[in-house]
Amino acid sequence: MLAYKLAYKNLLGAGLRTWLNVFVLSLSLVLLVMAWGILEGWNIQAKKDMKEWEVGGGEYWHELYDPLDPMSFKDGQGMIPPEIEKLYNSGEAVPVLVSQATVYPEGRMRNILLKGIDPSQQIVKMPASLMNGDTTVINAIIGIRMAKATKLSENDRVTIRWRDANGTFDASEIRIAGIFHSNVATIDNNQIWLPLDRLQKMTSMKGHASYIILKRGLMSAPTIPGWIHKGYDVLFADFNTIIKTKHIASSTVYLILLSLALLAVFDTQVLSIFRREKEIGTYIALGMTRWQVVWLFTVEGAMHSVLAVIAGAIWGTPLLYLLSKYGLAMPKGTEGYGFTLAEKIYPVYGAETIIIMSVIVMAATAIVSYIPSRKIAKMKPTEALRGKVQ
Amino acid sequence: MENSEIISVRDLTKRFPMGLSEFTALRGISLEFSRGEFSGVVGPSGSGKTTLLNIIGLLDNPTDGDVIILGNPSKNLSVKEAAMIRRKHMGFIFQTYNLLPVYTVFENVEFPLLLLSMSTGERKKAVLEALAWVGLSDKEKSKPAQLSGGECQRVAIARAMVKRPEIVLADEPTANLDADNSHHILQTMEKLNKELHTTFIFATHDEKVISYLRRKITLVDGKVSHDDVLKP
Ligand SMILES: Nc1ncnc2c1ncn2[C@@H]1O[C@H](COP(=O)(O)OP(=O)(O)OP(=O)(O)O)[C@@H](O)[C@H]1O
Ligand SMILES: [Mg+2]
Repeated sequence: MLAYKLAYKNLLGAGLRTWLNVFVLSLSLVLLVMAWGILEGWNIQAKKDMKEWEVGGGEYWHELYDPLDPMSFKDGQGMIPPEIEKLYNSGEAVPVLVSQATVYPEGRMRNILLKGIDPSQQIVKMPASLMNGDTTVINAIIGIRMAKATKLSENDRVTIRWRDANGTFDASEIRIAGIFHSNVATIDNNQIWLPLDRLQKMTSMKGHASYIILKRGLMSAPTIPGWIHKGYDVLFADFNTIIKTKHIASSTVYLILLSLALLAVFDTQVLSIFRREKEIGTYIALGMTRWQVVWLFTVEGAMHSVLAVIAGAIWGTPLLYLLSKYGLAMPKGTEGYGFTLAEKIYPVYGAETIIIMSVIVMAATAIVSYIPSRKIAKMKPTEALRGKVQ
Repeated sequence: MENSEIISVRDLTKRFPMGLSEFTALRGISLEFSRGEFSGVVGPSGSGKTTLLNIIGLLDNPTDGDVIILGNPSKNLSVKEAAMIRRKHMGFIFQTYNLLPVYTVFENVEFPLLLLSMSTGERKKAVLEALAWVGLSDKEKSKPAQLSGGECQRVAIARAMVKRPEIVLADEPTANLDADNSHHILQTMEKLNKELHTTFIFATHDEKVISYLRRKITLVDGKVSHDDVLKP
């Protein structure tokens, strides 16, 4: 109690220096919370987008299907199993067929994926119904990234070339029936979506699919021979890795800021122990033990962080609140990054994050306050009383 | 403590390391102090007055010999036990006052009582009484920086006396004060010595202080050259 009161008084007595330390500490605290909040917001938004646009409530993959290996597409497909057929008919799943192809926009060749999906599906947000209509041409839809990369716009016609099941080349013209805007890059980059039955016919793969998207909230995932169920843990694994790396990268920046703040506190401690030797000697003469004095100075230094948490709460809370309300615009052109990123991220702060960050800042400050204070325990009281500085 | 000897210094020697050799600051000093003495250690600069006071105050250790404080031989005391004896039984008064600048006068005087974990009410009563002894009742809310040197030293006396210790050690308490203030604080201490039977030991070469002493111990070159009773 004595230590807290005295530490508080000494700290406020030190004036500007204290407030400078407190400000830098609170700055690093708020920025740490903000950085985590942005990533957490991104994480939550991206997963929502991916569920809505890409993975629904999970997927079944043909046992040989590997999205990272285009060579696998020919074998990585099979007849839609009856269990899925049933779900498909009741609107609880939608099959997708994947095939390799080349497209020739403006006469240039580009390797792409053709993906076939039922135009009447309601499982993912993909505006597949745009592929209905004029049956004299093949109506395709592409995403905004693909449209930019190929300079294709709505109603453009373009030639695609593919191999059918027997390996024979075939070519046809398709019409771009629509361009969709999605934050999810993995359903967009280098992909052209076609009606499923059309693609099955083109590739002579009648009744086949490469993977199946399940409806969100569909609980049971029975084992189906030849097909492998993929839950969110697998489907989001890559994205989770990205988030983790970003966490480390952004935390590193703010931890450097934090260590600068801690250095300032450390410096203040060293200086104050040097300047206040006589005071230390007085405490000992008045009957404090040396470890009580060490504690006193440690509390005094550590109190910087208590004030920093209070200051951070005062100026940081409105700032963080406004950010979470109005969102943080992401730099333009991020569509090309290849992962799911919205134009605006709305940071999400967990109470847990804020508490953990505050505890980290307080513990670190306590440690850098303690280290120089230990010196007091080795001081000779008579020499301390004489004092270096008058 | 029925025994009237509250401090006894036995064949005390203090040597300080000085480069490769040693410097002997005190050479075989033996002294007894009884309860209620108003005594001073005098002598030229460098004769060892401060060194002797520091050892009596358990702030430093003897090289040889021993001091026995309230029946406790300093040799047997741990650093912590020494701190406890200072906390309960000793008050210090310094040449430079050594007040805590961020604390008010009241809080400075209260400080030793906080270490004794007294109740708020008891503390308040004791502090106000101590401030009355030194005539500073009206300054309890001031900060040390707002006080004159004489007032600061009176606060320091109140701080040393507030817990009514058996022993008060005062090293050059008047060195930074003018004649009027010196006499004022000496009269205050003399009065408290009589009222509370506190044992005072000064270290000084100030004639004004010496004129108040009832016992004068003269140190020369680390040895007691005279030990005189000045007033009965
Ligand atoms: N820590 C130390 N290391 C080495 N020498 C010391 C130390 N402390 C005191 N001395 C020496 O011991 C001698 C006695 O010092 P002390 O401070 O006791 O003298 P003093 O009588 O109080 O003098 P003054 O009247 O100037 O205060 C001095 O010569 C001093 O230089
Ligand atoms: Mg001296």
